[in-house]
Amino acid sequence: MRREGSAFQGVGAVFVKELSDNISSVRMLMLELLIVLTAMAALYEAITALRQNTAEDPFLLLRLFTVSQAPLPSFVAILGFLIPLMAIGLGFDLINSEHNRRTLSRILAQPIYRDALLLGKYLAGLATIAISLTALWLLVIGLGLIFLGVPPGGEEIARSLAFLVIAVFYAGVWLSLAMLLSIVFRSPATAALVALGIWLFLTVLWPMLAPAIAQAIVPPDPRFAALGLDTPGTAIWSQLLQRFSPNDLFGEAMLAVLSPTTRTLGPVFLDQIRGAVMGAPLPFGQSVLIAWPQTVGLIACTIVLFVAGYVLFQRQEVRA
Amino acid sequence: MSEQQNNSAATRPEAVIAARDLTKRYGKTSVVDAINFDIAKGEVFGLLGPNGAGKTTTILMMLGLTEISAGRVSVLGFDPARQPLQVKRRVGYLPDAVGFYDHLTAVENLAYAAKLMGLSMAERTRRIAAALTRVRLLDVADKRVATFSRGMRQRLGLAEIIVKRAEIAILDEPTSGLDPQATLEFLDLIRELKAEGVTVLLSSHMLDQVQRVCDRVALFRAGKIAMMGSVAELSVQVLGAGFVVEVEADGAGIARRLAAIPGVGNVETLADDRFRMTADRDVRADAARAVVAANGALRRLSVDEPSLEAIYAHYFQATPSGGVRDAA
Repeated sequence: MRREGSAFQGVGAVFVKELSDNISSVRMLMLELLIVLTAMAALYEAITALRQNTAEDPFLLLRLFTVSQAPLPSFVAILGFLIPLMAIGLGFDLINSEHNRRTLSRILAQPIYRDALLLGKYLAGLATIAISLTALWLLVIGLGLIFLGVPPGGEEIARSLAFLVIAVFYAGVWLSLAMLLSIVFRSPATAALVALGIWLFLTVLWPMLAPAIAQAIVPPDPRFAALGLDTPGTAIWSQLLQRFSPNDLFGEAMLAVLSPTTRTLGPVFLDQIRGAVMGAPLPFGQSVLIAWPQTVGLIACTIVLFVAGYVLFQRQEVRA
Repeated sequence: MSEQQNNSAATRPEAVIAARDLTKRYGKTSVVDAINFDIAKGEVFGLLGPNGAGKTTTILMMLGLTEISAGRVSVLGFDPARQPLQVKRRVGYLPDAVGFYDHLTAVENLAYAAKLMGLSMAERTRRIAAALTRVRLLDVADKRVATFSRGMRQRLGLAEIIVKRAEIAILDEPTSGLDPQATLEFLDLIRELKAEGVTVLLSSHMLDQVQRVCDRVALFRAGKIAMMGSVAELSVQVLGAGFVVEVEADGAGIARRLAAIPGVGNVETLADDRFRMTADRDVRADAARAVVAANGALRRLSVDEPSLEAIYAHYFQATPSGGVRDAA
């Protein structure tokens, strides 16, 4: 039996209200300051490094995103670390705060479905992050113009836009996770702690654990070790396991999109790259193809987590 | 939809809410157990009972906010489980301890709700100003709700129902936690709603307030409606008599003469000159006549209104949890 009316009725109203709440909140201001300041530091280092060795580089602008200077990681690496923090910061109390403020039953007594509330809140969170990332992106392009004095080419803009889109989906994964936890846990503090725990585990611990687990699954072969090479089986397992972390997927996609010379993200045999002109950049479309599986992985992860939250929320009791 | 309308029409033509064997189960325990009631258009109906008796669950089922395990309820001819939007467009709900967004002003809070109702900008502004005037919050309209007292929040919640122009107002424990002055003001607002023809469904455990505004009440007990009817009807059912008249008079054989009045159940002699009689009607005139006929000196004649409090206390003492009887 179909339900009457549209599930999207009221999404607009919820979206606008939540967006204005997000943007005017002190929490958002702090998160933005944190990200802008760290990213600026990384960018400053990158610009200094680039100015010292202005090589003949056709993709000077993209270097801004990827070059890292000794103490600081690159701009992209910093974003890969901080975007989850931003998404968790916006999402950990999306639903449970409505419970705790006792506004949920009042809002749901208006002629809307629960879908509208959930979707409106989610999209508002994602839009907030997208706006911040776009501002940051413009900042990078602007600083690049001022300090490097090289106008960006069309392909550079296209690649950096692809970076922006993938970054938003990456944020979507974490926002879905935070929202799911805000539905599962009635206390915002618990939801925040669990989300931060998962974030630290996946970004800090998992990259160390994955190779260890891979070595347990396929013990390294001493013959390869004698040649100073990784055992192919171990390396493949290690990469496979690491890809369970959205952080790793984002990093790989960024590598493919922002470094045009990237031809492959996994280990390859020598005969597979026979005839390749090493160091020559790939066309934009080919780079996108390399990043595509990772991007799809991020999108799929977003959708799965969102649907899990959606199902739980639909079945949840409204009463406090 | 037409089927539902026919169905509710068959039960009672003027009923705006009709519940038939309405049941809510969590696992094996029934929180609401096959209750039946009809609420007529324009009446103030009270749901009474201790906490956890199933009042709020019943309300949530009427709004389609929780699933119905068995039975059915029709609200204004719609099935809340299947046509929740139709129901929620016409029914206003003030939850128990209503919450608002503290960082927004009263107007902003109402505007958000009004947007969700789908009202246009001009309509919103007009209705919100009118509603805030009615609940006497116009002077704090642009103050943040964080500064509001409990009574003001409840009135703001009522303003939301007024903005909606609801045909049915469902108020869950609207006066709990209010000071006496705020309670009186709130009850006045409920009477105003009734005067406009809004059907009001009120859940409460504050009995004397319910008595003051409700036309009919339903007594909830462990998920069942134990009794239903007007306060006078219930008092006859539970206390055995509707009226308790106290007579203070001197004279010989007055107790005997009072007991002879038709309709008087029994006469208690409290003191030499004081008698308490219970009757099923107002027997004051007869009592006065009886005293005068006995050549007595009538000094005082008072009647205790049947109090819901007494009914409630008497009922819940008389029937311990095991023996639930369904008088509905």
